[in-house]
Amino acid sequence: MLEWIASLIVITVLTSAVAVLTVQNMVGAVAAASVVSLGVSVVFVLMHAPDVAMTEAAVGAGLSGVVMALGLRKLGLWRLEDDKGSAHALEPTPRPETDADA
Amino acid sequence: MRRFAALLFAGGLGFVLLVIVTQLNLGQTPMIVGQEMLNVAGAQVGAANIVTSVLLAYRGFDTLGELSVLFAAATVIGLVLGHRRSNAAVDPDGGFVLQAGADLLFPLLLVVGCNIILYGHLTPGGGFQGGVILAAAFFVGVLGRPSTGLDHSVIEVIEGFAGSAFIAVGLWALFAEGEFLMPMLDPGTVGDLISAGTLPLLSLALGLKVGSELAGLMTSLANTEAGDP
Repeated sequence: MLEWIASLIVITVLTSAVAVLTVQNMVGAVAAASVVSLGVSVVFVLMHAPDVAMTEAAVGAGLSGVVMALGLRKLGLWRLEDDKGSAHALEPTPRPETDADA
Repeated sequence: MRRFAALLFAGGLGFVLLVIVTQLNLGQTPMIVGQEMLNVAGAQVGAANIVTSVLLAYRGFDTLGELSVLFAAATVIGLVLGHRRSNAAVDPDGGFVLQAGADLLFPLLLVVGCNIILYGHLTPGGGFQGGVILAAAFFVGVLGRPSTGLDHSVIEVIEGFAGSAFIAVGLWALFAEGEFLMPMLDPGTVGDLISAGTLPLLSLALGLKVGSELAGLMTSLANTEAGDP
């Protein structure tokens, strides 16, 4: 049973790690990076290392996700929509003043 | 020819790595120090959580080094990103969902963070993990209402006080026992809240230091003016 849970988590972690590299949406990539850390922290719990798991969940999934998201916002890359033909494309168009700091 | 050379090189590298993997007894290193710590830590330090007794007693100096690394990182971020004109536009407040969520999360995160810090010598966790959770507790409020912000002077006072307290406890041990950051006071009964001597004090100082540092870091990162694109 435990092996099945562990393999499920490992598959999830690997899929999210590939998604970080391939997803076009920057916000999605940050979220996927957080999912990687969350899965790894569950693996740490299964390996009886709760201290490391807490650090991984707090720093990897929480803190670094927030820092990367704030960085995206500062760079003007914070777009929730897909960039395929939408008005909110990732191209270096001049940012609207209200949207950039929202 | 070049492809053949590359193939030869890759094959040779794989062979070397294979030899190393088969010859080294990875995962079965002789754990002399670790095993000794596991044997004596309970009686010597009196902390139910062996990890905390290693972090704050046997390897306390390393923890002080980590603190200084964190301090340097926060200082650099404050230097590079901390500038803000007084008339710069402030981000508008978040929506209802974000504000209500921040209000709901703040007390919960505060209690969990304090619990993890104060019970660091008994249960998993300790100053670092609890400090990160405390920083998150104060940051969600800023995320909901960016106009309020955090008082940076208060944060700096807490940060300086906690950092000095950590070093002061270490110096106290240096003058009383002859070794820097040596665990002092009565270890007490393993499992009691008041036990493990000075470890809870060090854990509290570490938690406050990490929490105030990261809260200040994230707030200054969130409140920076966006540069001209």
